[in-house]
Amino acid sequence: MNLVTISGPPSSGKTSVILKTIDSLKARGLKVGVAKFDCLYTDDDKLYEKAGIPVQKGLSGALCPDHYFVSNIEEVTQWGLKEGLDVLISESAGLCNRCSPYIKDIKAVCVIDNLSGINTPKKIGPMLKSADIVVITKGDIVSQAEREVFASRVNMVNPSAVIMNINGLTGQGSYELSTLLHDGEDDLKTLVGKKLRFSMPSALCSYCLGETRIGESYQMGNVRKMNLPSGLDAEKRQGSQ
Amino acid sequence: MIKKEILEHRTIGEILKDYPFTDSFFKNNGLEIAGAESLNWASYFESIDEEEREDRALEPDQLISQLAEFINQMLEFLDEGQQVHSLTILPGTDKSGQPEGFDEFVVRTGEVISIVGPTGSGKSRLLGDIEWVARKDTPTGREILINDDVPDTSWRFSGAKKLVAQLSQNMNFVMDLSVEEFVELHAESRMVENRGEVVKRIIDEANDLAGEQFKPDTPITSLSGGQSRALMIADTAFLSQSPIILIDEIENAGIDRKRALELLIRQEKIVLMATHDPVLALSGDRRIVIKNGGIAKIIETTEEERSILSHLEELDRTLLSYRTRLRQGESLID
Ligand SMILES: Nc1nc2c(ncn2[C@@H]2O[C@H](COP(=O)(O)OP(=O)(O)OP(=O)(O)O)[C@@H](O)[C@H]2O)c(=O)[nH]1
Ligand SMILES: Nc1ncnc2c1ncn2[C@@H]1O[C@H](COP(=O)(O)OP(=O)(O)O)[C@@H](O)[C@H]1O
Ligand SMILES: [Mg+2]
Ligand SMILES: [Mg+2]
Ligand SMILES: [Zn+2]
Ligand SMILES: [Zn+2]
Repeated sequence: MNLVTISGPPSSGKTSVILKTIDSLKARGLKVGVAKFDCLYTDDDKLYEKAGIPVQKGLSGALCPDHYFVSNIEEVTQWGLKEGLDVLISESAGLCNRCSPYIKDIKAVCVIDNLSGINTPKKIGPMLKSADIVVITKGDIVSQAEREVFASRVNMVNPSAVIMNINGLTGQGSYELSTLLHDGEDDLKTLVGKKLRFSMPSALCSYCLGETRIGESYQMGNVRKMNLPSGLDAEKRQGSQ
Repeated sequence: MIKKEILEHRTIGEILKDYPFTDSFFKNNGLEIAGAESLNWASYFESIDEEEREDRALEPDQLISQLAEFINQMLEFLDEGQQVHSLTILPGTDKSGQPEGFDEFVVRTGEVISIVGPTGSGKSRLLGDIEWVARKDTPTGREILINDDVPDTSWRFSGAKKLVAQLSQNMNFVMDLSVEEFVELHAESRMVENRGEVVKRIIDEANDLAGEQFKPDTPITSLSGGQSRALMIADTAFLSQSPIILIDEIENAGIDRKRALELLIRQEKIVLMATHDPVLALSGDRRIVIKNGGIAKIIETTEEERSILSHLEELDRTLLSYRTRLRQGESLID
């Protein structure tokens, strides 16, 4: 089985591109399944089901979806093997600009769209910088010049990536992508022992773990403060009165 | 080819001096290098706060590999010896698996080829084969050669160097910029030298192509359909690095289509356009007829056909003048 990890900002066109690409993989007689990782809500599983694609979904709730991804991807891989898949695709909501679900030696694809603005490539971290393939969608609604400017910005932050323009609505370009996702060689049995491409920030704060109360006494773990003029701490001011 | 091991021994200042375009690499990766010119790679990263490095996932080793890759791409891109002179299509099969009836089809720079055929016949697929530089690995089995040779795969994969620029019907500008700022930005991404001049030229040419005038400080999002297309074509002619231009059904564009084509040809481009418009189809030197997914025929535009062209253009102009009168609230009867 081949595993492909696909990540990208919300609504960038991941599902559209994956569905069209799977059409081409299926036409080659390959069996493909999807695992969808999101935070709070997703209907993507229904879209995959409707297309007759075996699918699993996981919601990370209050956790960073990429942390949640690493904790579950081995089990998901075993599910894929049991289903007899030739290709397993993971779709992750790229909500965290610091983390990415990419694993060394496992194909990593980032999907971003032309509408997200030319400064976006600069802002996205490892999710864009360490992808093997960057898919740019929604080229149908912007000018050739804007596509060129956007692609050159992407190239600047990730010069070694394959950059492809795909139309998520018509599927133009998805056949080409499909040829890059499966080679008969790869025969993944387990991810145990493999490593993430980038470490994820080590510590979480108490709010990551469900804390809702506001105030310094509730803040634990990795807490960082803004640089503001001093003497603004209400708890301390009240205490000294 | 520069290797990352060599870069490691140079200072940031030396890298910038040898490869001025790396300035944009540093900028877009959020690396502040002012004042760090005398540092080499390792000591530059040591000068960044560890917490910041961790926050922004800055990995010196990965970044220097990317920088080396970027420099190599740019050197190749700036190398004039890499120019495209011709494009060759080698036959594949149609939708029924029948071989296409031609041996090879060669197009040279400065030529315009039109592609005709009913909806669903495979016009866009042919344009797709060219864009992907097909190697018998698309549904049609066609093969594309560049300069009579099997091209290297960098045409497929590179972000900076694309073989093909596409112009299509329903395209808008979405950035919040004026015409001038926008063209500047594109020129900058192309590392054009005499930028001011090029920008002015593009705006002038676009104004010539569009019926209605616009100013350099007009926001691009408020251009009319015809004005945007005029700007897109002028911009593509002068700033697109791609030697081949594919036009997918750009009918009734509200611009002077013949002049638009002339502009592209003058810039030594290869132009292929899928069209149903007889005026455009006849402005091509040759036309490809597509049936059932395959190239069924290649027709040379004859002198006789061209004589019809002037008649068609006359009709076109008449229609246009009626449209203008209608728009201006005049009566259509003299
Ligand atoms: N015009 C245009 N619309 C597109 C394109 N690709 C996707 N869309 C639309 O963009 C919207 C979001 O697409 P999805 O495929 O659901 O995006 P996603 O990244 O999977 O979204 P999440 O999983 O919710 O984060 C949908 O309405 C798509 O129809 C494209 O190339 N062009
Ligand atoms: N030679 C061919 N072999 C197999 N499929 C083809 C071939 N040519 C075209 N197709 C398919 O036929 C469909 C319609 O083609 P398209 O290029 O969109 O038509 P047009 O642009 O002329 O309307 C597409 O799905 C395309 O991939
Ligand atoms: Mg989705
Ligand atoms: Mg078409
Ligand atoms: Zn995270
Ligand atoms: Zn937190």
